[in-house]
Amino acid sequence: MTEHVVSPKIYVVILLALLLGTYLTVTAALHDFGLWNIVIALAIATTKATLVVLFFMHAKYSPKRTQLVVACAVFWLALLLFMTMSDYFTRVDYRGIRYPVSQNVFIHQPHRS
Amino acid sequence: MATTSTIHTGPALKLPEKHYLNTGYGIRSWLLTTDHKRIALLYLLSVTFFFFIGGFFAMMIRLSLLTPDGRLLSPDTYNRMFTMHGVSMIFFFLIPSIPAILGNFFIPLMIGAKDLAFPKINLLSWYIYIVGGAFTLYSMMAGGLDTGWTFYTPLSTVYSNSAVAPAVVGIFITGFSSILTGLNFLVTIHTMRAPGMTWFRLPLFVWAHYATSVVMILGTPVVAITLGLAAMERVFGLGFFNPAMGGDPILFQHLFWFYSHPAVYIMILPAMGVISEIIPTFARKKLFGYHFVAAASLAIAVIGFLVWAHHMFLTGQSTYAALAFSFLTFLVAIPSAVKVFNWTATLFGGSISFDTPMLYAFGFLGLFLVGGLTGLFLGCLGVDMHVHDTYFVVAHFHYIMVGGAVMGYLGGLHFWWPKITGRMYPEWLARIAALVLFVGFNLTFFPQFVLGYLGMPRRYHVYPPEFQVYNVMSTAGASILALGYLLPMIYLTWAAFYGRVAGNNPWPATGLEWTTPSPPPTENFEVTPVVTWEAYDFHNRPELGLDVPSQPVGAHEHD
Amino acid sequence: MHRTGELYGQFETLEQQKDSATLGMWIFLVTEVLFFGGLFLTYTVNRHLYFTAFGVGGNMLDLKLGATNTVVLIASSFTMAMSVWSAQTDRKKLLPLFLILTFLLGGVFLGIKYVEYKQKFDHHLVPGHSFDLTYRINHPAPGDSPKELAAERQEIEDALKTEAAGTPQEQLTALNAHAQLFFSLYFGMTGLHALHMIIGAGLLIWVIRESFKGRFTASYNTPIEIVGLYWHFVDIVWIYLFALLYLINRHSV
Repeated sequence: MTEHVVSPKIYVVILLALLLGTYLTVTAALHDFGLWNIVIALAIATTKATLVVLFFMHAKYSPKRTQLVVACAVFWLALLLFMTMSDYFTRVDYRGIRYPVSQNVFIHQPHRS
Repeated sequence: MATTSTIHTGPALKLPEKHYLNTGYGIRSWLLTTDHKRIALLYLLSVTFFFFIGGFFAMMIRLSLLTPDGRLLSPDTYNRMFTMHGVSMIFFFLIPSIPAILGNFFIPLMIGAKDLAFPKINLLSWYIYIVGGAFTLYSMMAGGLDTGWTFYTPLSTVYSNSAVAPAVVGIFITGFSSILTGLNFLVTIHTMRAPGMTWFRLPLFVWAHYATSVVMILGTPVVAITLGLAAMERVFGLGFFNPAMGGDPILFQHLFWFYSHPAVYIMILPAMGVISEIIPTFARKKLFGYHFVAAASLAIAVIGFLVWAHHMFLTGQSTYAALAFSFLTFLVAIPSAVKVFNWTATLFGGSISFDTPMLYAFGFLGLFLVGGLTGLFLGCLGVDMHVHDTYFVVAHFHYIMVGGAVMGYLGGLHFWWPKITGRMYPEWLARIAALVLFVGFNLTFFPQFVLGYLGMPRRYHVYPPEFQVYNVMSTAGASILALGYLLPMIYLTWAAFYGRVAGNNPWPATGLEWTTPSPPPTENFEVTPVVTWEAYDFHNRPELGLDVPSQPVGAHEHD
Repeated sequence: MHRTGELYGQFETLEQQKDSATLGMWIFLVTEVLFFGGLFLTYTVNRHLYFTAFGVGGNMLDLKLGATNTVVLIASSFTMAMSVWSAQTDRKKLLPLFLILTFLLGGVFLGIKYVEYKQKFDHHLVPGHSFDLTYRINHPAPGDSPKELAAERQEIEDALKTEAAGTPQEQLTALNAHAQLFFSLYFGMTGLHALHMIIGAGLLIWVIRESFKGRFTASYNTPIEIVGLYWHFVDIVWIYLFALLYLINRHSV
């Protein structure tokens, strides 16, 4: 089996893309886009992560099995996050009012071990 | 219908000269082994040890529940008993049992490989299990744990006065044993199959362990970090799960059950794999619907990750989320039902014999059915309102865990004992023990369904006097059940040294593991086998010596 | 001790061996994704509940140091990928060079992390008895910029108003508790990440030593590749940590 050797040129392009992404995400964070700030930050982070997985980790050049493994990891993490948050986002009390956990006052707890 | 045993009679057989048990003697050859078969036996010893520990705590629970005032044990001690029973049985017996013992031993043999992909990591897995077990044993000796095996916060993180931290550390460590075993199995099944052993020629035992390994890989890390957070919270006073500090106990439950529900599939899928091996052998018939059973194993593994909040219906979580989880819980029953139908269809028209492994398989079919159906009742929101945290739940999961997983485990041990030790166990004693176990089990746990339905809560050391009859029945059953466990432990140990020599394939069965000598040599196969037959194909294997008419390959293609 | 490049007994071919090692590392990384995933879930839930407090906490992190660390790790991923390329193309001199660069960049990252942690310790932002969000504004150090301190004071005052509790003292206690959740997650997540980097540094030391012995060639370079996979994964975790911890509410400052 001949391995796919990725050319350093591609690595340099990816490096520059990642550095650009870092610059963009910091700049975007310093501006007020309201609720879109978090979307932009996560979108840029996901793009950077995808570039690392595909090119630095050679996932693009790996057998389908590897790509399935990566997809499973992402899917299961998404499952954990989305299904749990589906509980927190849809809590409604008997009056039909959405509720978070109440913000209780801090009470000092003695240490135990 | 044959009632005589299928064991071949004939001139006395001899054990092979060199096999994995006698290549190297002495403690170092065992403690530093990388042979998957020896590691399986190391696990057998340690897992059985923890089974006894869990059994001891079970005995204490049942003795205490003989009287409604629970005066045998203080309430605090009773809490420790049921907690330690759950912790030892779940994390140290049920989860490792079939994969680490039977899976370790037979997966390489079944696929035609010399060993697992990473033999040293296999040994490391066992040592990690031992270290984790040591921490948990220390916790038991330091007074035990009283939070329930579910470690709900803030009891476990703030208010409990028991040895929570060492137990949590022990379970955290043991989780890595599970992860590494799953990793080993997945890579082995992907990369080390012998030539001709295609995916759809694999024994369903291997498919079951593949699905189990997927669950181990994806679920165990979550409980590891959850218990890690709980330990941090307890030791450093952080506040994630403590309402008084703005934390949310429900978050702990979400994180905990994200693993602990799929964990029950880690416990049952391997047992289902064992049943898929036993039934074709003792019905002498190809398994009905091979592809469906393989797909159902994967479906159980995947859908099993989507249902965890059905353990949290009464916590005040979102009703809409509860509805979704309830619906998904009904869905996950479907692949299990598919399997039960396929096993039953395999029996139809088969030439059935009632050797001990088959008795355990029959027990599994009936008891898993009851356990599974009662799970559907629990998945229904309205019913769960009434029976949550009652003995109904306890009976449900014991039917699956004991009636299902342990029956599968014992059936597998009997089925493969001749291959593991080269010697046969005493058949009639074994059948009697299986019946004793079955009777004892039902007497122990069926009354608990009634108790739960009538409203007796679980984890309570006292109960209303009108429930005493059922509790006494349950305890009586438990003592019979204990006898049913003790008998195999005694005669299997005896048989390992003094049983009748079994030969390569006493049943006979069709798997690759039965083509090796009993016990197998260290390298499993002198020559790498080339597989040309389908799984459970009794017709095209003349070397098995069966008088089954041969059929052209592919005659039963579309099962 | 085995010599690298040899076929292990359980395998039939070197290709099967390499295939197994690579698949094994990928599956291990899946477990790591779920392991960190539990912490990401805890973060998500708590941020959903206490957005303001998390914003205040996030603004107390040093953005310059965090961004520098991001650049350092990205560069180290690049040098790691280059070392895999060096091994694949039999460049026996370049290989240890790139590996050592990766190791040094990792060291820089850990050094900057230490500086950050020390800063947090000095500002009483480590969760525990002495946690005090207002410590820095009430005890300014000589080097602190007055504009920065004023902005921080304003931010804390705005945040106090959003706390549901009663008296100002209770509001401050609640804000402290919720910000403490942020900092527990900060230290927990970056600490776990740093632990993984230290393990990665250990792996790099092993691989550097072996590369000096000339063990890695175009036909055998599996350890470099799987250490690389691990290292890139650690980089990816940091990419998300940076976005989620450092960039929450920056625009309001």
